[in-house]
Amino acid sequence: MGKVGEELTEQETAIYDRQIRVWGVDAQRRLSKSHIFVSGLKGTVIEFCKNIVLAGVGSLTLNDDRLVTEELLSANFLVPPDENVTRGKSLAELCCESLKDFNPMVSVSVEKGDLANFDVEFFQKFDAVVISCCSLLTKKSVNAKCRNLPRRIAFYTVECRDSCGEIFVDLQNYSYSKKKKEETIECQLQYPSFEEAIAVPWRSLPKRTSKLYFAMRVLERFEVLEKRNLQDNSADDLPNVLKLRKELCEAQCINESQIPVPLLQRLLAARVEFPPVCAIIGGVLGQEVIKAISGKGDPLKNFFLFDAMDGKGIIEDISG
Amino acid sequence: MASEEQLSAIKGAKVLMVGAGGIGCELLKTLALSGFEDIHIIDMDTIEVSNLNRQFLFRQKHVGQSKAKVAREAVLKFRPHIKITPYHANVKDPEFNVDFFKQFNVVLNGLDNLDARRHVNRLCLASGVPLVESGTTGFLGQVTVHVKGKTECYECQSKPAPKTYPVCTITSTPTKFVHCIVWAKDLLFAKLFGNKNQENDLNVRSTDASSSSEHSEDVFERRADEDFEQYGRRIYDHVFGYNIEVALRNEETWKNRNKPRPVYTRDVLPLRPVGQNGNKDKASIGDPSSVSAMASLGLKNPQDLWSLKENSEVFLEALRLFFLKREKEIGQLGFDKDDQLAVEFVTSAANIRAASFEIPLHSLFEAKGIAGNIVHAVATTNAIIAGLIVLEAIKVLQNDVKSYRMTYCLEHPSRKMLLMPVEPFEPNKSCYVCSETPLTLEISTHRSKLRDFVEKIVKAKLGMSLPLIMHGVALLYEVGDDLEEDEVANYAANLDKVLSELPSPVTGGTILTVEDLQQELKCSINIKHREEFDEEKEPDGMVLSGWTPALAAEKTKTSDNGPSSSNASQTVPLESEDNDEIEIILKDPEILAAGKKRKSSDISVAVDSEIFSVTSEMLAKRKVEEDDSHNDIVMVDGNLDPNKKKRVQ
Repeated sequence: MGKVGEELTEQETAIYDRQIRVWGVDAQRRLSKSHIFVSGLKGTVIEFCKNIVLAGVGSLTLNDDRLVTEELLSANFLVPPDENVTRGKSLAELCCESLKDFNPMVSVSVEKGDLANFDVEFFQKFDAVVISCCSLLTKKSVNAKCRNLPRRIAFYTVECRDSCGEIFVDLQNYSYSKKKKEETIECQLQYPSFEEAIAVPWRSLPKRTSKLYFAMRVLERFEVLEKRNLQDNSADDLPNVLKLRKELCEAQCINESQIPVPLLQRLLAARVEFPPVCAIIGGVLGQEVIKAISGKGDPLKNFFLFDAMDGKGIIEDISG
Repeated sequence: MASEEQLSAIKGAKVLMVGAGGIGCELLKTLALSGFEDIHIIDMDTIEVSNLNRQFLFRQKHVGQSKAKVAREAVLKFRPHIKITPYHANVKDPEFNVDFFKQFNVVLNGLDNLDARRHVNRLCLASGVPLVESGTTGFLGQVTVHVKGKTECYECQSKPAPKTYPVCTITSTPTKFVHCIVWAKDLLFAKLFGNKNQENDLNVRSTDASSSSEHSEDVFERRADEDFEQYGRRIYDHVFGYNIEVALRNEETWKNRNKPRPVYTRDVLPLRPVGQNGNKDKASIGDPSSVSAMASLGLKNPQDLWSLKENSEVFLEALRLFFLKREKEIGQLGFDKDDQLAVEFVTSAANIRAASFEIPLHSLFEAKGIAGNIVHAVATTNAIIAGLIVLEAIKVLQNDVKSYRMTYCLEHPSRKMLLMPVEPFEPNKSCYVCSETPLTLEISTHRSKLRDFVEKIVKAKLGMSLPLIMHGVALLYEVGDDLEEDEVANYAANLDKVLSELPSPVTGGTILTVEDLQQELKCSINIKHREEFDEEKEPDGMVLSGWTPALAAEKTKTSDNGPSSSNASQTVPLESEDNDEIEIILKDPEILAAGKKRKSSDISVAVDSEIFSVTSEMLAKRKVEEDDSHNDIVMVDGNLDPNKKKRVQ
């Protein structure tokens, strides 16, 4: 079929009809030329992959060398729970086969290797990078690598713990136009890096800042201090986590009640993913990446937090 | 992660999903991953190409197959041990009766039309099964919970009425492109290719009666000595030329309006000799359904804006192709947005009319969206909404009434929220569906026939499909398979009688009982006689009232009944400019009225969403959740204060 010049093919027009009506032909064209990288293929990222493959991005590169376990497949609808199929293959390889089938117009491939070891040049070929299931250090370093490139690369990290999820967005200097009534206004947004954002002193944040934001930072910090793998925690860790909460809150001059104990308990006990939350977070993330690539719509700045317990999906701007 | 209690509620549950489209595919996947093991799914539709950008369980090779069945197969691949029961059927079929509904613990709607939604709402009320209802349009979506006696039912709030246009705007004074589309689709297309016996306002009313009678009905019939080209040109000249001239004679009309310009083929396509279209033979290849005027004229891009000349060529070519390739269908065609030739014809006709009225022209792509009431749809919103449905379903299964929420998915954040939960309302005490409040109908009892009452009120307004109408103990009308022949004849005769001349006369003060046995819905209607109705404002010639829209009543309720939050009365600012487009839904009134099986021209065909019912006004009046600052009190201390909303399980 191939793409003929700037025009969408007949097949593209037929399949993407309903979404072109949402974001227009230009946005669809930009999407079809975009290259996306994802690392860490748990439920939320799988949902995200489905969404952008359906939307018709140019290419999607998957990175996750882990072998399949029952736990890894708990929120995965791409891989059948059949050892005959999964034996000897990495999660990325298995997901790749399935995603290719979703939309033959998107090129889906696998990049092997440890995310932490990819160099700056590696990221150059992408328009958006989405990482999950990796250490805080890796998140910071990948984000820094993306920022070191002359071309702007949209950077996202996403984590779900229990029935909560968090998305971080870094679009660096982002300008876009938006229609207001008849006029088109040029908008400019300045994003901090992940490292800068989480270093913003808590006391300088508005009092109503989402509790989930602080709780996620405590857990993140806890995992670094304990040299834990991400989310390799249990309810038994609560006393130590509470100790850390106290230290952090004192250092940052905020009240400990800003980080409620039951919330920390829930986040600590998280073992398996909660598929409805994966769908919600993966959906919001998909929308954000589509916005950033197409230049249509207000992108969120710079955290999105969702807790199924109260049902709120909140945007926080944490830029200092 | 789901807790133990949640998991056991999930595992033991038997759920019914209605709809396997955009929301349905996402929902079935998320239910299966979440651990649901017994899922029944009803969908009457088959898969279309334009579904594939979001209904991810389907592939190109499945086009034409049952959505419910293919969705089941796709989900069993990754969750082989669960039970999924598909029904390739209409949820309004009689087999899905109250007893059928009673076997489920919860019903989840992923529907695309008001009619089916109302039907499911009633069956859920009648069977006492909780309903989680949903809808999406573009980036907007909503999930609501309806539990009999505890929250409002789906029909407690009146839904925004489908947009209709005054007849004269369509026939004589269009000012927007949509008016031209409605004219081209509902008048011209219907006249030329549809049922000839239907009423049609195509010919403009003129004060000059003599001249319009000269161009009588048979103008639209092809004459024996005419070829398709001549016929097409004559039709063209009549509707875009002559009719406009007739309209212009009515000078009163144009005092404060721009006068339209009559358009004749001789001005636009003067040189085209009859039957000399270069690519004509191409069109004869292939099956009739793929016949296309664009293809035979070499126009490729549906996004292009055609000139008046190109539109005129498409018009003549489409007309010719209908007669040449699809003659058998003429006389019974209805507009279908998936019928390429019909879309081409309507686009070109609307554009020619637009040119005549100095209204900006539109591409085929845009015209198709307007004519087909195509609702915008993307995968991401459906995925989010499906996730929210499952969260609510789990609460419903645990009977966790205090935690139920209606959630709105917004395009622009409101109070920092992109996903905004709102506490559900109590049932509307004056809802005719869930609280048996009588309705009032103003109608002319000497002029309106029983048929008008059945079609315009019972079917269109009350959404009943198998109605039974009683006056006291006298049966006036009934539908069903088990009727005796003489009963059928009696009822048929009644339909054509005016109300006051029925065997049991209906006059002012009469109370009628209308019942739908399948929906187990019964309501009383107080008849009030009224002689005159405003033709433009009250086109039905009758006015139904009595169930107050819940909004006004709720406004006061929230302040005294809501939790003692400082924010109870705070309203939600919502940008209304984006919500306007939600309201642009041109539902074909006839089809709504028919309330029968969905026709191809129905709004609902390939859209996964709904007549979106969040308006800025509605949201503003709905109370948002209390602030964060209240949450931690509840969460940390447990809930001791009965005035505060309990949040924690």
